[in-house]
Amino acid sequence: MEAYLSLFVRSIFIDNMALAFFLGMCTLLAVSKKIGAAFGLGIAVIVVQTITVPVNNLLYTYVLADGALAWAGLPNTDLSFLGLISYIGVIAALVQILEMVLDKYVPALYNALGVFLPLITVNCAILGGSLFMVERDYNFGESVVFGVGSGVGWALAITALAGIREKMKYSDVPEGLRGLGITFITVGLMSLGFMSFGGIDL
Amino acid sequence: MKLKELLFAPIFSNNPIALQILGICSALAVTSKLSVTVVMCIALTTVTAFSNLFVSLIRNHAPSSIRIIVQMTIIASLVIVVDQFLKAYAFEISKQLSVFVGLIITNCIVMGRAEAFAMKNPPIASFLDGVGNGLGYSAMLLALAFVRELLGSGSLFGTQLLPLATEGGWYTPNGLLLLPPSAFFLIGLFIWGLRSWKKDQVERADFKIAPNTKPQAKEA
Repeated sequence: MEAYLSLFVRSIFIDNMALAFFLGMCTLLAVSKKIGAAFGLGIAVIVVQTITVPVNNLLYTYVLADGALAWAGLPNTDLSFLGLISYIGVIAALVQILEMVLDKYVPALYNALGVFLPLITVNCAILGGSLFMVERDYNFGESVVFGVGSGVGWALAITALAGIREKMKYSDVPEGLRGLGITFITVGLMSLGFMSFGGIDL
Repeated sequence: MKLKELLFAPIFSNNPIALQILGICSALAVTSKLSVTVVMCIALTTVTAFSNLFVSLIRNHAPSSIRIIVQMTIIASLVIVVDQFLKAYAFEISKQLSVFVGLIITNCIVMGRAEAFAMKNPPIASFLDGVGNGLGYSAMLLALAFVRELLGSGSLFGTQLLPLATEGGWYTPNGLLLLPPSAFFLIGLFIWGLRSWKKDQVERADFKIAPNTKPQAKEA
């Protein structure tokens, strides 16, 4: 249990997807002008990440890894080179399914998320989560915890950034830095702040 | 269509990172060493160029409702080829790049150019547009990696240029530049520099700040 808790805290604060690995930067910079939108996108990322990382973990363990097809009588098959295309396929399909399910059963949430849901397919934090899961050899339990944790971490980062940017629109920024430039420097400072979580071990 | 312009415009006047806000994720993560950066740049330029070429070749045959999936498949296949190639011939560097080769799939430059340019233009022009945007991305990354490796560890391509204080030299390395946040600051400063040079890229302010004191009365 402790190991899971430690992994959870670690994936939210220390190995934060956005601020330590720079994943999902494009969306982070583009959708962080308003807190409301940023929060909605954050929730969507948590949901998608929580589902895709464990699903890709099952896919990797039972189909793609070296010798994983032993249950089908093919102990010498190594399909791991197909990893990338399968993960992105799973992500695209799950986002599509999630969109249809939400539209049918939870229209309120569907309308709140709006255009952000399909956008998530090309968010590198999602694919990055699956790739890190494979690279670090997480088992199924760990992949669930990592999925939730990394999603929460990303959501936290984008909401915090949106909060700062909303305050900052009243400040007098030098001409060349206006917009993108100052946002980069803000994210840099946030990332420096998150580095102070390093070394926390539960 | 001016082919030369397609190739060189993205480097300064329409840089994918500084102006189009595309492909930022990997720009930050792989720039602490020049040798790794060079490999990443070559990989990305290859994928962008060829995905543009192939997307452009099939642009009149693929129905628009499934175009995203089709583009995704093309890009993912190209990335798999690049990934396998790196694993075979540059294993050490592919280990250091870790997940970032795979993440070229979701790199917005590739998707963005396929969608914005290759869907509407003939193959040769699209190919050059892909190469051009790859070069724009590379220019930014190489500049970042140059600064980070030279000042962060006193070396370039792993060769020690500034003798370190810890080894009897005179240069005390700036450790901050090896940490992730420095990449953000450097990109911010690069954008500032670029926009001071090319004024037309400056963003319009959302608010105009009113002067906080009343204008002084004219002198009599």
